[in-house]
Amino acid sequence: MSRPGSCEPGRPQHVTMDGQEARRAVEAVWRMESARIVGALARYTGDFALAEDVAQEALAEALVGWSTSGVPDSPASWLLAVGRRRAIDAFRRRSARDERYAVLARDLDESTAGADDLFDPDAIDDDVLALVFTACHPVLSREARVALTLRVVGGLTSDEIAKAFLVPVPTVQARITRAKKTLAAAHVPFAVPERHERAERIGSVLSVIYLIFTEGSSASGGDAWIRIDLAQEAVRLARVLVRLTPEPEVFGLLALLELTAARFPARLDAHGEPVLLADQDRRRWDRSAILRGRAALASAVAAGRGLGPYGLQAAIAACHADAPSVDQTDWDRIVVLYEALGQVAPSPVVELNRAVALAMASGPAAGLRLVDEIAERGDLASSHLLPSVRAELLVRLGARDQAREEYARAVELCGNAAERAVLEGKADALGRDLDR
Amino acid sequence: MAKYMLIMRTTDEGLAKFENVDFDEMLEMMGRFNEELMRAGVLLAAEGLEDPAETVVVDFSNETPVVSDGPYGETKELFGGYYILDVASKQEAVEWAKRLPYAQGTKVEIRRVPTIDEFPQDNEWIQKERAWREQTGQL
Repeated sequence: MSRPGSCEPGRPQHVTMDGQEARRAVEAVWRMESARIVGALARYTGDFALAEDVAQEALAEALVGWSTSGVPDSPASWLLAVGRRRAIDAFRRRSARDERYAVLARDLDESTAGADDLFDPDAIDDDVLALVFTACHPVLSREARVALTLRVVGGLTSDEIAKAFLVPVPTVQARITRAKKTLAAAHVPFAVPERHERAERIGSVLSVIYLIFTEGSSASGGDAWIRIDLAQEAVRLARVLVRLTPEPEVFGLLALLELTAARFPARLDAHGEPVLLADQDRRRWDRSAILRGRAALASAVAAGRGLGPYGLQAAIAACHADAPSVDQTDWDRIVVLYEALGQVAPSPVVELNRAVALAMASGPAAGLRLVDEIAERGDLASSHLLPSVRAELLVRLGARDQAREEYARAVELCGNAAERAVLEGKADALGRDLDR
Repeated sequence: MAKYMLIMRTTDEGLAKFENVDFDEMLEMMGRFNEELMRAGVLLAAEGLEDPAETVVVDFSNETPVVSDGPYGETKELFGGYYILDVASKQEAVEWAKRLPYAQGTKVEIRRVPTIDEFPQDNEWIQKERAWREQTGQL
């Protein structure tokens, strides 16, 4: 069998400048094409795990072959052709055990009709969408869904995923392997779910993209730039998803991500320390990202079915984006939006955020009443958020003694060293003022 | 991710080559390519420029500027339009450029678009530009 540009396995590779160039070209093509290549292969073989394996083999072959033979004219077709041959090989090997595969292998030969379906735009859409739904299947753990989505839809390598999540490469590889086995064992079909199932399943897809974004946007550790890249990858995935399935909540998520990412340039100070929303230099926000976010939000609103949890959070982010300062923010509207969010996605944290917004809109006393209600219900009892918000409001009401006690409680409950230091600083500042 | 500009530089022969291409066909081809960019989530902006015959050139070669009609004559490489893509690497921008339809006879220049954060932030003019970008939502 002739493989385009193939090399004998095991031959020592010399990484020359050209080799580097070829490597970068392979990586670029892979990022652009992996989703439709894996998708097309999964459609041909009906076997998601096999498709992912042979696609990876095609990638490995390209890394070796393209450094000597150059990048082929149609890299996607090349990768697909190699992947298809590898799939046929695999079926032939298995055919000894299972006669059924022999039939399949014959059907999958070069002459198979529809071999060029990769370039049928309608098929691509369905393949990539099926890929997204398969990778985000609820039968998988959240970590597995994230790793698989970044791998098969985002085209990231195990190395890149490991770096982004600050875990060892073998951990990522093991997660992906286990995920594929789980999918096979559960007989998850490679298909876009039926319409009635879709609404339910899209929730998992959106939460995976949101998880990738939040992981990338939290500056908790690691090389900050790689993590921001991860957040940007989530934005790109959301952009891809709105093209594939233009549902209001998908637009809502895209809007939320664009509007949140717009603040990235302003959220670290010159020393790399986090800057809170209230203190951010709003001139540094990315205005074009805000425009894109607003446009996506408008699409979510235009559906006329009311906003979902992501859309509502995006609407809140849009209020901040519109405001020139904290004082000039439309807090009344934010309170209403948090009320709506509390209806569709009730949680004590949403309630607490509503309390903060209410304090901004109607004064600290109103906010404090709401905080006390949350406390009476026993919600958030173990979180430092409740006492720290309480403390802030008490300061604004002039009850400094009480505020200091609340800060002390918050310090006790806070697990994050940097945040604890901030809270301690606030408590100390109150103490000093009292001594005076 | 970083922003890259694909700068279309059409040559006279490139223009001549596509003079007789059916307009609907051209819309279809360009549309498909643009759709690909949108689908991949990498397209931020794109503009094409009007017929070069409509161009005016202000020439500063001599002491006083000279205004003349028609495209800039000395070069065979006309600026015809641009794309701004949000991609992971320069190579990815190159790969997209390689897929441009009607690119025969054209040169495509690929340049990274620096963000305003890369300029000295204490400079008064940079601050003014920031304010303008804030008001107008510019890239």
